[in-house]
Amino acid sequence: MRSKPRDDGYDDLLDAAEAGEAYYLACENGHGSLPPRRSCPHCGSPELSEEPLPESGTVETYTTTQIAAPSFSAKTPYMTAVADFGPVRVTGIVRADPEEISVGMRVGLAVGRNTMTGNRMLTFHPR
Amino acid sequence: MTTVRIAGADLTRFGSTPERTGRDLFAEAALGAREAAGISREEFDELTYGNFMGELAERQGHQGPIMAEAAGLDCPATRYEEACASAGVAVRAAVSAIRSGRADVVLAGGMERMTNQETEDTTEFLAIAADELYEVRAGMTFPGAYALMQRAYVQEFGGEREDFAHVAVKNHDHALPNEYAQYRSAITVEDHLDAPMISDPVGLYDSCPITDGAAALVLCSDEYAEEHAIDAPVAITGTGQGGDKMALQDRTHLNRTPATDRAAAEAYADAGITPDDVAAVEVHDCFTVAEVLALESLGFYEPGEAVSAARDGETTKEGSLPVNLSGGLKAKGHPVGATGASQIVEMNRLLTGTHPNSEYVDGGVGVTHNAGGTVASAVVHVLEVVA
Ligand SMILES: [Zn+2]
Repeated sequence: MRSKPRDDGYDDLLDAAEAGEAYYLACENGHGSLPPRRSCPHCGSPELSEEPLPESGTVETYTTTQIAAPSFSAKTPYMTAVADFGPVRVTGIVRADPEEISVGMRVGLAVGRNTMTGNRMLTFHPR
Repeated sequence: MTTVRIAGADLTRFGSTPERTGRDLFAEAALGAREAAGISREEFDELTYGNFMGELAERQGHQGPIMAEAAGLDCPATRYEEACASAGVAVRAAVSAIRSGRADVVLAGGMERMTNQETEDTTEFLAIAADELYEVRAGMTFPGAYALMQRAYVQEFGGEREDFAHVAVKNHDHALPNEYAQYRSAITVEDHLDAPMISDPVGLYDSCPITDGAAALVLCSDEYAEEHAIDAPVAITGTGQGGDKMALQDRTHLNRTPATDRAAAEAYADAGITPDDVAAVEVHDCFTVAEVLALESLGFYEPGEAVSAARDGETTKEGSLPVNLSGGLKAKGHPVGATGASQIVEMNRLLTGTHPNSEYVDGGVGVTHNAGGTVASAVVHVLEVVA
């Protein structure tokens, strides 16, 4: 089987996150964003540097999906959250019990794989 | 600058017609609008056409020329794609073409065919309006994205599920007499609260349906209407468009829609009106929280204040600002690439007294609001009775 082409920048971040070295991109004006980027989405600056992502974030909002697209249909119910990691927000799948999750919950970052598609994605774990 | 008038308008009945092709749907709306305008085919300078998922749903790209043929026209035709705001940007392009002097008569509209595939496939197709790497791979669906926004809204501003239920109940009530609406059935707050969850806290009755349909408008310049004695009492006097970061995670707020703020400010300034002048509004209520966010960004309410508007009766047909008298996306239906044009068709009917809910419009200014994705795009139009 032909292997999928890498998604430039995005797969680099996932590799780094798997090694426990997740990073974000900082611009000279102090804005944060996640790769892939050639310029800061907030101010347009092309001067971006890789900075270590904070160890943990807090859940800002989340949803438990009962009705999914085909690429997630065997995974329901599953939880997706947006978490605040300081310089950036991150969207990920939450690996926790539905009763456990709440706004303000502290989470750490890891990398998971969607066994239906083979795609990797960012995951959150309570900590 | 030339005034842009609505010379003719039509739409298909919205609903589930999986056997009908896209070109058949668009032809019905386009020919209806052309007949209402009474303008012959040689007079059309352009077709501006909105469609979102044609490559996926019908394996058909390059739909502009196909739809020109379907509409019986022989003119340049361009497809506009901006997720659920596709037809809104198509109408805006038509307005620009006429105002620039490049065109006198333009057919503007949109079509979406959505029920000819399984619901879960349609869910997948709709999800491509979100960021593939950072949202779709994390399991974000279209309802899921609005669920994230609704929870963030309630977290900061408060609001009960019952408040959102009242938005849905109102829009179903408004659709009852509308012969074009997909759902012409009343629902109760209890029905809403008892319905299954799709993506918590978005339930089945917070969500618009999957819909097939098309809408079309014949727009012409003031000069053309006068020269050819065309009866076109309503004009599009303002147009505005706003953009925002694609992914929710990159936005300043998860519970506000600045793309709509920007679109509204531009459209109001363009028309020389304020929110106080508006007699009726059609907003993009793909989910109940979307109506709430739209009303705040359009300047009718402060952030955090619109959630109770339907429950308090302010946005019902008898209220001070009737919202979605057509039934909205919630009950009229949401063929995504046709929605922005259909809102203008409905507002034109409301303002000309030919809509079954026209009696609830107290004034001559209407506003339509069409949003793309999680409002990374927004288009606002101002319609006015000018003569
Ligand atoms: Zn920056």
